Amino acid sequence: MRAALEAAGLGVRYRRAWALRDCSLSVPAGRVAALVGPNGAGKTTLMHAAVGLLRPALGSVRVRGEAAFVAQDKPLYDGFTVAETLSFGRRTNSRWDGTSAADRLGRLGVPLGRKVGGLSGGQRAQVAITLALARRPDLLILDEPLANLDPLARHDVMRTVMAEVAERELTVLLSSHVVADLEETCDWLVVLNGGRLQVSGDIEDLLGEHLVLTGPADLIDEPPGGAPGEPPRGAPGEPPGGAWDRGRGLAGGVAGGPVVVSASRTGRQVSLLARGEPPRDPRWQVRRPGLDELVMGHLRGPGPAALPRLTGVNG
Amino acid sequence: MIDFRLDRGSGVSTYLQLVHQVKQALRLGTLRPGDQLPTAREVVESLAINPNTVLKAYRELEREGLVEGRPGMGTFVREGVGGATLADHTRLRRGLEAWVREARDAGLDHEDLRALFAVVLTDVTRDGAGSAGGGAGSAGGGAASGSGGTGAGRKEAGPSRREEGGPSRREESGPSGQEGVA
Repeated sequence: MRAALEAAGLGVRYRRAWALRDCSLSVPAGRVAALVGPNGAGKTTLMHAAVGLLRPALGSVRVRGEAAFVAQDKPLYDGFTVAETLSFGRRTNSRWDGTSAADRLGRLGVPLGRKVGGLSGGQRAQVAITLALARRPDLLILDEPLANLDPLARHDVMRTVMAEVAERELTVLLSSHVVADLEETCDWLVVLNGGRLQVSGDIEDLLGEHLVLTGPADLIDEPPGGAPGEPPRGAPGEPPGGAWDRGRGLAGGVAGGPVVVSASRTGRQVSLLARGEPPRDPRWQVRRPGLDELVMGHLRGPGPAALPRLTGVNG
Repeated sequence: MIDFRLDRGSGVSTYLQLVHQVKQALRLGTLRPGDQLPTAREVVESLAINPNTVLKAYRELEREGLVEGRPGMGTFVREGVGGATLADHTRLRRGLEAWVREARDAGLDHEDLRALFAVVLTDVTRDGAGSAGGGAGSAGGGAASGSGGTGAGRKEAGPSRREEGGPSRREESGPSGQEGVA
C-alpha cells in the first residue's frame, strides 16, 4: 500500500498556539480521504502544511508526487474570462492538460467567454477544480470544496472529482464539516479536533470495528469523579495513562472487550460508541454505527480519564 | 443498458443498492446475457459516488456468477443468466404467496410475518455458507418498528423478547400492519 500523503509527528504552531500537534497519519494512493472536524480543528493547517504553504515546527509531512491545492475561497482573477484563465494556467504550469480542462468545462456548461467574476458559485468551484486537475496532480487537496454551494452544484463538483478518480490513480484529500456530503464519495477518514488526530483509517474498516451499544445505565461503571456525558475534562486527546486508559478495554480487562469512545446517558439508558468485539451481556443492544455517528462519537469523546466502562468484571 | 439510481435515505449501502438493481434488471429482462454494464467512470459521473463502490458491486456480481469482467473491454452479463432465474423467481413467489396466506389464516399480522421471515432468513443464512447481510438482517429485524423512539418505544421493540416468545398473536388494532385488515 503506497502512501500518497504521510505525516509523522507533525506539529504546526502559530506564534504560541499549536494548530496541530503530534499528528501521524497516512493516506494510501488512489483513496478519497475525508478530513473532518469542527472549525479550528486544524484541517486547513494540515492541508497548508502538506502543500508547503506552512513550515512544520515539529515532525514532517510528505506528498508522493505532485499536489494541487484548491483553497476554500477559490482564488481566481475575476477580471479574466474562463478562457483567459485557462491560457494563463497553460503558461504558468509545465505540466498542463488544457484539452481535457476545456472539454470538462464545456460538458458542465461553463461559458468559456464569461468573466470569472460573473460565474455562479458552482461554476467558479468547477473552474478552480478544473485548473487544479489540469496540472495532472497525484494528490488533489480541496479545502471545503462544497461550502456555500447549493445541492445541485455540490453534486456536480463531486461528479467531476469522482470521474477523475475513476480515470486514473488520483488521491484526493477534501475537508468538510458536513459528513452527509462525504458519505458516498469518501473511502478514507481523518478526524481532527483541537489540533489532534482523533481517528484515521479506511471507512469500511472503521465502521466494521465500531459498535453502538444501548442498554440500562447500570451496565456501566461511572468513571472516577465524573458521569458520562459531561463535558470533556482537560484537553481532548490527552495522552492515555489513567485508570480508564482507552487501550485497556472496556470489559474490565477482558481481552478483546469493547473500548468506549464516547458515552451519553438519558435517564436510565446509556448509549455508547465503542470499538472492538461486542459485549457478551445480552442486555446490550448492539448495532453498527453510521458514518455520522462514528465521526460525532470521536468528536464528542471525552478524554480517556472521563470514560465509563462496562460493569461485571473487575479489572 | 442499466441506469442506476440511489436511494440515499434507505439505509442500504450503496454497493448493495447497485448489486440489487442489476439483479432486478436481470429478473425483469431489462438486462440480458451479453449486455455490458456501464463503466465505473460512467456510473460515478452520474451518481457522484466513489469508484471503488462500483468496482465492489461488480466484483460481488462476478463472484455470484452473474457477470464477467473482460480485460480492457468492460463488465458483461454472462451467458445463461436470466431465464432460469426468472422461472425460479415466479415459482418461489407462488410458494411464498401460499405461505403468507397460511400465516395470515393462523392469525399472524404484518409485523409478525416480517419478524418471522427475518429470523428464518438470518438463521438459514448463518447455517449455510453465505454470510452476506447476516448481521444487518438481525439488527434490522429487531429495530423495524422502534428505532430512534423514546424509552417506552424501545422496550417494545427489543429483538430478544420477540425471539424468545415467538411471534405473538396480536389484536388487529395495532398501529402498524393495518393495510391488509379492513
